[in-house]
Amino acid sequence: MTIHVASEAPTDSGVQRKAGSETLLSLRDLTIGYGSKIIQKNISMDVKRGSIFAIMGGSGCGKSTVLRTMIGLLRPLAGRYTVDGDDYWSGPDSHRTALNRRFGVLFQSGALWSSMTVGENIALPLEMFTRLDKDMIRRLVELKLGLVGMSHAIDLYPSEISGGMAKRAGLARAMALDPDVLFFDEPSAGLDPITSARLDDLILTLRDGLGATIVIVSHELSSLFTIADDGIFLDAQTKIPIAHGAPRDLRDHCQDPQVHAFMHRENPTDPTPPPTVRKDTNTHG
Amino acid sequence: MTNDPSHIPASVGDKQDERPTWTVEQSGADAILVVRGHWTIDDGAVLAIPDRTLPVAPSGAGRSAPTLHVNVRDLGQWDSSLVSFLWTTKQAAAKNGLTFDTSSLPVEVARLFALLPAAPTEPAPPSSRQPNILAVTGGAALGMVDEIGAVVELGAQTAQGSLRALAGHGGMRLRDLMANIFDAGPSALIIVSVVNFLIGAILAFVGAVQLSKFAADAYVANLVGIACVRELSAVMTAIIMAGRTGGAYAARISTMLGNEEIDALRVFGIPISSYILLPSVLSLMLMMPLLYLYGCVVSMIGGYVVCAGMLPDVTGAGYIHQMLGAVNVQQFEFGFAKSIVFAVLIGLTSCRIGLKAGRSAADVGSAATSAVVTGIVGVIALDAIFAVIADVIGI
Repeated sequence: MTIHVASEAPTDSGVQRKAGSETLLSLRDLTIGYGSKIIQKNISMDVKRGSIFAIMGGSGCGKSTVLRTMIGLLRPLAGRYTVDGDDYWSGPDSHRTALNRRFGVLFQSGALWSSMTVGENIALPLEMFTRLDKDMIRRLVELKLGLVGMSHAIDLYPSEISGGMAKRAGLARAMALDPDVLFFDEPSAGLDPITSARLDDLILTLRDGLGATIVIVSHELSSLFTIADDGIFLDAQTKIPIAHGAPRDLRDHCQDPQVHAFMHRENPTDPTPPPTVRKDTNTHG
Repeated sequence: MTNDPSHIPASVGDKQDERPTWTVEQSGADAILVVRGHWTIDDGAVLAIPDRTLPVAPSGAGRSAPTLHVNVRDLGQWDSSLVSFLWTTKQAAAKNGLTFDTSSLPVEVARLFALLPAAPTEPAPPSSRQPNILAVTGGAALGMVDEIGAVVELGAQTAQGSLRALAGHGGMRLRDLMANIFDAGPSALIIVSVVNFLIGAILAFVGAVQLSKFAADAYVANLVGIACVRELSAVMTAIIMAGRTGGAYAARISTMLGNEEIDALRVFGIPISSYILLPSVLSLMLMMPLLYLYGCVVSMIGGYVVCAGMLPDVTGAGYIHQMLGAVNVQQFEFGFAKSIVFAVLIGLTSCRIGLKAGRSAADVGSAATSAVVTGIVGVIALDAIFAVIADVIGI
């Protein structure tokens, strides 16, 4: 848990946004896949404490699969993944469950438990893993929902709220236990640009406020340029990471044609300009 | 060369000037394809050019390939019908050794055309591997053993979850249990009543017809009572619950899987056994025996209605008297125990099927179907095993 000491000098958010130098999550030569099907190999990356780390790449390159490995849903085929120096995938399930207590995950669809109200969704982890009484839990649930601007939805069921609201509620649930690390799987997917920009602001504010480290899987460029300090770029064809660095730096300096095309929204497979044509014959009705 | 009039679709015959037509004209070494009229799908015109209509490039070294130009001066409205025609023409031209010149096409057509490959990609040939009968049966048998193991493991986890719940920490939510109990119990009363009433009535009717041949009409009550209490009420109730509740569990769990709800539980470290399996299995275990007892009573009433109302030689009072003599507590115990086992079977298999389903909408459907089928077959197979056991130990 990140514990704020009351006497700590107030920090300017701009200063605090700079990533620390201490590595929190570390992947070394990780190979991921299902059975004999390899999805990505040779993934090595270090997520610094307090940074926002982006896992980037085109559709189907295995970004979300890397995330699933990092949160304990898919065992890697090879390699090592450590959380604060602790080997994540060694030991029994209870070892991972204990480490997962430090994680919060926002799934792509929000993944709210549909049989419970929004408030109960956030309360459940608190009921499971803390000794707080009902009133305290209620106050915490109201706080987390207030932070994401969803106080009004506390007694609604997931089926009664919109996709953007479900995502915000999912974010509130991910923060329920004040995690050290927040994982976001495509937070902007399916959201309109304004809601998506608000979510970016919210992520930054929460990171600064709660001091969490954030790992974000996304291909939403504008968000990535705004919020990410560091990142890795996965390639679907070669099945290996082809670039490391902050998305802003990759955009400005990376020479790799795939990365360049991605960062500048170009179509690398379109070498021919549109044919020169006679316009006057067009009677397309 | 002019195209054959039979290329003109009949549906546009009345709009002579608008119908889609094409001709191929020779111009020196090159050829010109002239398209006229409206080329739209609504006019029923998705034409293809026969190979033989296009000139063939003369073979011989040192000569550049002749070009096929397109003339669209008289083209009316168009949609993908025209693009399709031009694409087939391009393929035919390539076969005949001609270069297809797209420079004079309307700009939108040219843009669409640029997206298309030279020819449709050949689909990958279907896997020609012959299924090996030994491999298939062996795989199925191993898979079945695997599944039995998985269901037993789920059962163990559920038992563990119930111990945790009893110990008072990390247990299930009481509200989930109550909701499941309502779904598995009171909501099923009507269908359980209808089915058991009819089973009792049918048995009484069929039995009376046969027994009256031996002047043993009074034994209709024994037939209805013993058949329903020992076998039919338990089995029919279980089959109803497999169809109703088992299918619903599998569909619900596989939908949760698709919504990443199960992943969210796993990441939080919230045991699935406590939050999904236990309320599901426990509610069935609590409700099925009660439904069984209720079903027994209703089926006896069904028999009574037939005897009292339709059979001339059996009175209602006689039926009740005979019934009380025929059915004893031991038979109820047997049926009661069976219905608890059926409940566990239906609960665990349907949850297991839901948990291992895929994540698409079709997977939800097949999970529900598979849960119902497995439940029904499992119940009947287990009942047969119970019958043998009862025979051996002499109940």
